Amino acid sequence: MTTPILLAEHLSKRFDNGVLAVDDVSLTVHPGETVGIVGESGCGKSTTGKLILRLLETDSGYVAFEGKNIGTMSGQRLQEVRKQLQLVPQNPQTSLNPRLTITEAIAFNLRAHRWPKRDIGPRTASLLDRVGVPSAYAHRYPHELSGGQLQRVAIARALSTDPKLIVCDEAVSALDKSVQAQVLNLLVELQRDLGIAYLFISHDLGVVEHLSDRVVVMYLGRIVEESAAGELWQRPAHPYTEALFSSVPGPGRQRLVLTGDLPSPAHPPSGCGFRTRCPMAIGACAEARPEAVAIAGDISHQAACIRIGEGVTAATRIGAA
Amino acid sequence: MSIATRIHTPPDISDARLETPRPSRHRGSRPAPAPTEGTLKVEDLAVTFRSKRKAVEAVRGISFTVEAGKTLVLLGESGSGKSVSARAVMRLYSDAVTITGRATLGGVDLFDLDERAMQSLRGRDIALVPQDASGSLDPLRRVGSQIAEVLRRHEVEHGRKAARQRAADLLAQVGIPDPARAVRSYPHELSGGMRQRALIAIAIACEPKVLVADEPTTALDVTIQAQVLELFAQLQQDLGMGLLLVTHDVGVGRQMADRVAVMYAGRLVEEGPGATVLGESAHPYTAGLLRAVPTPETPRGQLQAIPGQPPAAGEAVDTGCSFAPRCVFAVDACRTERPDLVPVGTSHWAACPVVHGRVPVEVGSPPTKAEAS
Repeated sequence: MTTPILLAEHLSKRFDNGVLAVDDVSLTVHPGETVGIVGESGCGKSTTGKLILRLLETDSGYVAFEGKNIGTMSGQRLQEVRKQLQLVPQNPQTSLNPRLTITEAIAFNLRAHRWPKRDIGPRTASLLDRVGVPSAYAHRYPHELSGGQLQRVAIARALSTDPKLIVCDEAVSALDKSVQAQVLNLLVELQRDLGIAYLFISHDLGVVEHLSDRVVVMYLGRIVEESAAGELWQRPAHPYTEALFSSVPGPGRQRLVLTGDLPSPAHPPSGCGFRTRCPMAIGACAEARPEAVAIAGDISHQAACIRIGEGVTAATRIGAA
Repeated sequence: MSIATRIHTPPDISDARLETPRPSRHRGSRPAPAPTEGTLKVEDLAVTFRSKRKAVEAVRGISFTVEAGKTLVLLGESGSGKSVSARAVMRLYSDAVTITGRATLGGVDLFDLDERAMQSLRGRDIALVPQDASGSLDPLRRVGSQIAEVLRRHEVEHGRKAARQRAADLLAQVGIPDPARAVRSYPHELSGGMRQRALIAIAIACEPKVLVADEPTTALDVTIQAQVLELFAQLQQDLGMGLLLVTHDVGVGRQMADRVAVMYAGRLVEEGPGATVLGESAHPYTAGLLRAVPTPETPRGQLQAIPGQPPAAGEAVDTGCSFAPRCVFAVDACRTERPDLVPVGTSHWAACPVVHGRVPVEVGSPPTKAEAS
């Protein structure tokens, strides 16, 4: 097995307002692979991304990039890692400076990373070409471009420093479906050609499953299930995953509709965070936090639910009830 | 400023707030015509926004029918004109917006009513569920009083107390736990899903014949969306309402639609039974939209994207087919002649002469006037 490019161990983050946004999250990304993080709003997926990028400081645990703890780095060394570790944010309308042309926006990133001056011009042009932005747009301002074009620019900017890992935080969520597909294809193509790894954060299950090698499902700050992509559609093990995937709209599917809302992350339930909405919850669920267990002896597929060994799924249970 | 301007609702204001300023003062005046049944029929609707510099034709002549008790899904991407159509039908735009065509609800011509008569219909016979639950409720008033207002305004309940009780019943009906408490809550005290339910409660308060829902679940998480969609289906069954559901989400369309009307650049490109339009699409745009959404079977990186991007509202080319610049099937004629909706199957119409050169299975009455040509 190759050395992971990114190793995050036991990350936790509690904000000043008491919200425990991320609670003991560990994940691994190998070179050239895509790991998806999926979950609903408030589950901590974006905060996890920020902790990994060290845009936020973690309360506990550590993030290692290529085996080196980035939490203790500073100055030049951190800057070097940031070259390798880039971000494509959700909303390019707000993440690109409205007063810089798109060429200047990319050049800005290169200058920040002390790229040789004379390379910047040609490199910017070739990056825009690489992501499919016509050269006629090179000197336009963000407001003159469509959402899809802007997201390509944001990708070009992330690519500019030859990163090994790009964190995509809801990178295609704001796009119309017909354009979203173009951008997803571009991301896959870039990965194939350049060997970049992605940490792909999204609430869109279909998109995450399509793009990812492995998928992590988060609920209320914790990872509830982790598996190879594809498995989750076919054999979801955690009742939350099952409910999440069965909620995707479409005709004639057996649906497991949850009752109630996400509990407040400032006051999460004791034991298992999902127990207040879980159709399978029993008394013991309130007592201790469930540990991740391997599903059917497959350690690449793990879920944190104490009832997994019993061989009942939420759907079969509801059917019986 | 004329009186008319004052009475008219400014654009983009929710149905809930719309009714704030006037208590039922129209009580002695000539009663507004009441729709006899619940069919909403829209013919040749066109909506143009004008500013000093330009005119934006957001909707360019669309026709559709929401059968009583059935669901029509208006499907389209941003800028296609779907929300504008829905709001125009409810007459939520001011006089500054040019609206032509006809919209009838159970035989009553909505565009022919004076503003006061329209106000008494709106909320009682046709009601709106807006997208943005947070922006559509008055943040300074309790949820219960916002529901009660609709009831009293339409004289469903007269007394304050009775209206409040009925508000709690409605909140229970839309699945809000502890409705007695929700009645006393301010909007910010409720979650997003609960606020959306409260808006639905306002909309169904008078048991309207038609509910117009504008992207009602787009802002919600998927598990909450599933709850709300289920609620719509339940309410429809209980109250026999027609539903005009505006969405960009093909999955939502599939799940909910009796019929689907697909919009592109202000026009309908395809209309027909939900399963047919979203199963065996007859228009390249609909087919392209379906293929662009990843399914578990799609090989990675091989999504069939539609090239280019949808035109912004009113910016589409209007000689020939608006979709032609992005269409893989386009021939020269597509760029010069505008295709009309023609029958392509059983009560199924599409506006693409290239793809279905086939003989119509059944020639029914066409949904647009333009087809006479």
